Amino acid sequence: MVAVTPETGQDRALAAAFEAAVAADERVEPRDWMPEEYRASLVRQMAQHAHSEIIGMQPEANWITRAPSLRRKAILMAKVQDEAGHGLYLYSAAETLGTSRDELLDKLHSGRQKYSSIFNYPTLTWADVGAIGWLVDGAAITNQVPLCRCSYGPYARAMVRICKEESFHQRQGYELLLALSKGTEAQHAMAQDAVDRWWWPSLMMFGPPDDESAHSAQSMAWRIKRHSNDELRQRFVDIAVPQSEALGLTLPDPDIRWNEERGHYDFGAIDWTEFWEVLKGNGPCNEQRITQRRRAHEEGAWVREAAAAHAEKQARAHAEAPAQADADAAADADADAHAQQHEEARV
Amino acid sequence: MTATVPTTATVPATAALALGDDALVLSHRLGEWAGHAPVLEEEVALANIALDLLGQARVLLSLVGDEDELAFLREERAFRNLQLVEQPNGDFAHTIARQLYFSLHQHLLWTELAAGDGPFAPLAAKAVKETAYHVDHAAQWTVRLGDGTEESTRRMRAALDALWKYTGEMFQPVDGLDVDGSALEQRWLAELAEVLDRARLSLPEGPRTGAWSAGAGRQGLHTEPFGRMLAEMQHLHRSHPGASW
Amino acid sequence: MTQNWPLWEVFVRSRRGLSHTHAGSLHAPDAEMALRNARDLYTRRNEGVSIWVVPSAQITASSPDERDPFFAPAADKPYRHPTFYEIPEGVRHL
Repeated sequence: MVAVTPETGQDRALAAAFEAAVAADERVEPRDWMPEEYRASLVRQMAQHAHSEIIGMQPEANWITRAPSLRRKAILMAKVQDEAGHGLYLYSAAETLGTSRDELLDKLHSGRQKYSSIFNYPTLTWADVGAIGWLVDGAAITNQVPLCRCSYGPYARAMVRICKEESFHQRQGYELLLALSKGTEAQHAMAQDAVDRWWWPSLMMFGPPDDESAHSAQSMAWRIKRHSNDELRQRFVDIAVPQSEALGLTLPDPDIRWNEERGHYDFGAIDWTEFWEVLKGNGPCNEQRITQRRRAHEEGAWVREAAAAHAEKQARAHAEAPAQADADAAADADADAHAQQHEEARV
Repeated sequence: MTATVPTTATVPATAALALGDDALVLSHRLGEWAGHAPVLEEEVALANIALDLLGQARVLLSLVGDEDELAFLREERAFRNLQLVEQPNGDFAHTIARQLYFSLHQHLLWTELAAGDGPFAPLAAKAVKETAYHVDHAAQWTVRLGDGTEESTRRMRAALDALWKYTGEMFQPVDGLDVDGSALEQRWLAELAEVLDRARLSLPEGPRTGAWSAGAGRQGLHTEPFGRMLAEMQHLHRSHPGASW
Repeated sequence: MTQNWPLWEVFVRSRRGLSHTHAGSLHAPDAEMALRNARDLYTRRNEGVSIWVVPSAQITASSPDERDPFFAPAADKPYRHPTFYEIPEGVRHL
């Protein structure tokens, strides 16, 4: 698959330099020349990733107010907070390519951009919080670690930060499930039920099989992506199976068994019809997630407007202040703050 | 299974419960914002404050007993928090007004306790720094909403007015808390007036306590939304008696 | 009425003695809020002791097109580096 069809000699030279840099594993930075398709593909992927982080807050936030111990409550709040932070890092990375966060949010709210389908499943019990941490975050990490070496600099840097911060996310989920699994009979059953429901959707997180994946080949060539969907899925299964044994929980797939010859675990066939249905919008929570997201945004509009209006007033007061003998106190305070910042900057 | 509040109130227990419940309940209310904040940056800010408060609550409740038993197994009437902190989030202006009223008070209180050598001094020394940031956060937003657009001014004023009647309770004496309530109140009013002035708003008018002579949160008398809040907070823990999490 | 807050670049000093390093960016209505948002977002794991925020629009950057004229000429001046010079064996403190 050819990336670009350069029209002129100059474009051809730029394209050749770009392809050579990527092939040599150099990073592409925001103001470098890049093929339009590369830019579009990156914006799409970073936006989808950012959207997934902020929509992904919802299923877990669903349990913050019901967390069964104060320790778990603190952990869960910190985790959901991280997801907001990760959304922010990723929107910022996307913005380096000239698409504003507002445009991206618009596209999310109007359904023109997607987020990971996994978040269209409901969190029905407390154990789901654990299953999300262990399986969903586990799958996400498997996907994300290679992205730390993605060819686009800002994306790679955001991912380094995210991976570092997320290392506690999966562990807390696993620990939560372990406590349930070793707890009362009812707790154990709750944990098993959650794993039963989240296992297959987690496997689907790696995307369709390699031969059906629309963007995979080109993304690999551009080193936005470094491993194929199936490769990563296998890696995840190989890690998760022994972990499930240590948990004392079973994975809902009778076909899982070690294959000595391949050096991997075999696993059963994935029901892709469900995947495509959820992707199309027919999952259990698609509408609910977007509605809540849109409502938060709309209900926050007056707050964002107020802060912008206040900043504008302050800036105006600032501009007029030198001419005015009786510059108002607020502007003075603001000037002080600025002076202080300069002072600090010099230290 | 029901946790009991020590009836023979050893001195810091009543105070620890009062302060601990304030922090616990407000943290819970702030936690309800997760996924609903007006802008992503504010998701992070509100969660930070909620986590500071939850940390304070855990230390304080642990001074009295098992933090989880106290949080999840007490009945509504045994909670000693201010009615102010249990008020529902409302719009962002209500949340900010609640933060402003409470954080200003809490900051003055921690400052005083940190300066003394009472049982709360070590915690207060740490909490005072956290709370200074909470005050700053609330003040910054009060100024922006108060002196923002017409709509935001209207909402901020309405929020300050609506919560005003819950502010008197903050200065009632608490068993085991060695602070001068009326001196605290004077400083609180002065600091509040200063923030409201910057926001081009004025102090609300009207009484600062309810008309109900029976008392308020510190006596275990709460407002109706609090019962529902506790029902949600406690139901899972109570559904599995004796389980560990 | 606009609700769009400008973009700010955030620089964090992780420890005293180190310089501020670019940490990322964020949106804020003004400088004061930008500092606070930066504190919440980029130092919540104890990553900093000081923060700078700069409006992204205020940054003037060298253009990638000028990369060669800007930076290539510095590449062939090895005499600016100590390793360029040969010193007899055994000579110390040089």
